[in-house]
Amino acid sequence: MSAREEVLSRVRQALGADRTPPEEVVRDYRLTDGRPAGDPALLELLVDRVEDYQATVLRCAPADVGATVRAALDQGLGSGWTAGDVVVAPGLAEDWRPAGCDVDDDRPAVQLADRAASVTAVAVAVAETGTLVLDGSPACGRRALSLLPDCLVCVVTADQVVGSVPEGLGRLDPLRPLTMVSGPSATSDIELQRVEGVHGPRTLLVVLAG
Amino acid sequence: MKVALFATCLVDTLTPSVARATATLLQRLGHEVVVPPGQSCCGQMHVNTGYRREAVPIVANHVRAFAGAEAIVAPSGSCVASIHHQQAAVARRAGEHRLADEAEELAGRTYELSQFLVDVLGVTDVGAYYPHRVTYHPTCHSLRLLKVGDRPYQLLRAVRGLELVELPGAEQCCGFGGTFAVKNADTSTAMLTDKMANVLGTHAEVCTAGDASCLMHIGGGLSRLRAGTRTVHLAEILASTEEAVTPDQQTRPAVSA
Amino acid sequence: MTATVPPKAPTFLGLPTAPRGVGHLRGDQSFPDAARGALRDGQLRANLGHATSTIRGKRAKVVDELPDWAQLREAGRALKAATMARLDDHLEELERQVTARGGVVHWARDANEANEIVTRLVQATGTSEVVKVKSMATQEIGLNEALEAAGLDVFETDLAELIVQLGEDKPSHILVPAIHKNRAEIREIFARTIPGVDPDLTDDPRQLAMAARTHLRERFLRARVAVSGANFAVAETGTLTVVESEGNGRMCLTLPETLITVMGIEKVVPTWRDLEVFLQLLPRSSTGERMNPYTSTWAGVTPGDGPQEFHLVLLDNGRTAVLADEVGREALHCIRCSACLNVCPVYERAGGHSYGSVYPGPIGAVLSPMLTGVEDNASLPFASSLCGACYDVCPVAIDIPSILVHLRAEHVEAVARDRERPTAEAVAFRGLAKVMSHPRLWHLAQRASRLGRLIARGKPTLPNALPPPVSGWTRSRDLPTPPRETFVESWVREHGS
Repeated sequence: MSAREEVLSRVRQALGADRTPPEEVVRDYRLTDGRPAGDPALLELLVDRVEDYQATVLRCAPADVGATVRAALDQGLGSGWTAGDVVVAPGLAEDWRPAGCDVDDDRPAVQLADRAASVTAVAVAVAETGTLVLDGSPACGRRALSLLPDCLVCVVTADQVVGSVPEGLGRLDPLRPLTMVSGPSATSDIELQRVEGVHGPRTLLVVLAG
Repeated sequence: MKVALFATCLVDTLTPSVARATATLLQRLGHEVVVPPGQSCCGQMHVNTGYRREAVPIVANHVRAFAGAEAIVAPSGSCVASIHHQQAAVARRAGEHRLADEAEELAGRTYELSQFLVDVLGVTDVGAYYPHRVTYHPTCHSLRLLKVGDRPYQLLRAVRGLELVELPGAEQCCGFGGTFAVKNADTSTAMLTDKMANVLGTHAEVCTAGDASCLMHIGGGLSRLRAGTRTVHLAEILASTEEAVTPDQQTRPAVSA
Repeated sequence: MTATVPPKAPTFLGLPTAPRGVGHLRGDQSFPDAARGALRDGQLRANLGHATSTIRGKRAKVVDELPDWAQLREAGRALKAATMARLDDHLEELERQVTARGGVVHWARDANEANEIVTRLVQATGTSEVVKVKSMATQEIGLNEALEAAGLDVFETDLAELIVQLGEDKPSHILVPAIHKNRAEIREIFARTIPGVDPDLTDDPRQLAMAARTHLRERFLRARVAVSGANFAVAETGTLTVVESEGNGRMCLTLPETLITVMGIEKVVPTWRDLEVFLQLLPRSSTGERMNPYTSTWAGVTPGDGPQEFHLVLLDNGRTAVLADEVGREALHCIRCSACLNVCPVYERAGGHSYGSVYPGPIGAVLSPMLTGVEDNASLPFASSLCGACYDVCPVAIDIPSILVHLRAEHVEAVARDRERPTAEAVAFRGLAKVMSHPRLWHLAQRASRLGRLIARGKPTLPNALPPPVSGWTRSRDLPTPPRETFVESWVREHGS
């Protein structure tokens, strides 16, 4: 018998002949937050939760994203940065990109480690947990883009902000490679005390438009 | 109300004053107390040590002894929890379905003392007087299995003369755990040490709880250290009155027998 | 020449358990013996006390924040129960979906088979270095040792796993394997073992984390093969999930050409939607955060993004034996959050190593004995005072105390089956059961206990030096002298029967 057949037959033996339908799962937890996506209170909550992770949020009007991204890079890299320090997702809106910056292409992923900062969009943001989700779409970029540069700038638009985890997951495509980001990389491995900044980006800046 | 008192095997054999105090308290509140003489043990020690089959006749004896009782009260959260959560299960596993049904039905009428006082009788001031500094240890099975919550605190706060001091780390287990105290004596002692440190840190004269077994463990440790702080069961405090308070609360009931 | 009889393969409820001689599920000492040493280690006690009290406070705060925690917990429990009831169907669906998206699924009956599969897959890539994401399953099967025996270099990349690996130590906690080490001890390990480390390295946790970052950066960038575990695998979509904090997981899941994920079969969940429950329960229970810094999900292979070769190894290693136990199968619901360890008064004092298994604490005390067969870990179900704190915090409501009690009975009954003569304990408990079920015998026995009054010689407590098993009590606690009369006796004397 192959390992596959054997493991499956063990499972069936363990469960026995009684194949009565499994119990019903009651989903009486909160499926929605009750507030529509982009509700001002949700934006406030998102800011509060993201800042709680020691990340920085810069709010702006939808028309001012480009300038605010540059301001975010000033904060993350210091004002002396140049366009060559920054790599952006290939599908990032033109007017959000710093002028002359590098656009991610088919280069080997590890080469992204040479860049000081990256800029991406997000697919959805969950206010209650302060979570941004990147879904590998052109605007979010491949996974290595938001991982290797030490400073990550994510642009979130108001309509992308939902209240709860169930709402957030409901907007995502599980077949895409997803990265859920809640603050900069961190560890609690030394005395269970949280320290921000390990292997992933040590600085996370969120530009919230709207 | 006619109340059948389940003394529990440990209290009956080693600390009868706790059962005596329970009876006196219930009588003082105007209830008739009966003590079925056929009672022995709920079976918890057997179940928790792995002798669940052997526990079945003990459960049967318990059900026999208390058959027909209107309400059963025990001064032990742990034993009442076993009656509620274990008796029927071990009987059912052994194929004794009738016994399991009877045990279940009896469990529905079995109460831990503080729950009986507050929920069934609806009293929190039982008219007690106990002029001592007291700290309360919420024993695990009362706390987590029976969810007695703040009922013991309500009862203690209403006792005249009693100064209630908060126990730090109150919800941490004292380390008794039945045969755990012997099979894992070192770990049990380490847990006891921390519990005693917290008790002694309150400078209370008395550490009380709703379980004589945990109190025997904590009290045994304090006694070994010659700490001076003594353990007194909640029932003994609630049974005490101006007419019957003695400084020797631990071994003698504070009420005139 | 004498023919050697191969040792009988252990089974539990008729199904094969995790084999002996491989992996880390069995200790070489019983729990009480191992704990005895650990209890004398004041540094260990201080480290554990500090870390667990920190995390208990954080967990309580973020759990209290959710108004629907009880409903999420119940949904989590029910989802796991429903999944186990159709585990075969879900595994087949997972296999179909992963395969359809370019992954390769392997099945491993046990630790040896899983180790062979992974070793073969790594060797096929021609590389000699493997980077690893922290994974309980690969710890359980001793994968690192197997890969090293095949001449491969294995790099643990989780900070705590790195501390354990560099210190040539053993993990002592599910989430934070180096919880038994404090910052000063970690500084010492790093200063001694990391080549080229800053000689001025202090014990500031941030500096220590930065030292790990520098040490591993180069390895991530050149890695060609990574091995991971999985927190969840969604059957309907073939989506794998890794929940982490440091970004080492993302490095391993994203940069190498080949990714090999080893996953216990119980980690499957039926639908994508089910993650809406578990991704709320897990981080709050685990690190006490609203959400962990990084959660990565992937389904098979994505062209142009991440590893272009993906292997999923589905591991049994005793899990089907656990599934066969109708009471104990609930232990398979565990999502490895380690909340039960952090609240356990026994774990907090005895430490993780005392359990002898990679799964310590309350969940380990039920899971390890079932994975190995109870007799190979017979002391673990007794390593609990049954205080119930573990059940209260478990995000999927595993009734650990009831399973502990059940396994104690399984052990007692196995001993009774296997031995010709009963143990002294069994004789005593059987005798006591007979006595306690007959009131007349019980009253005689109670009277006999009054013999204790003779050795007490009028003192309120019995002497300290008494024979075993009473000595287990009297070594550290006084035992009261039995009273002259039991309560029932005196009551009957006063009131009649």
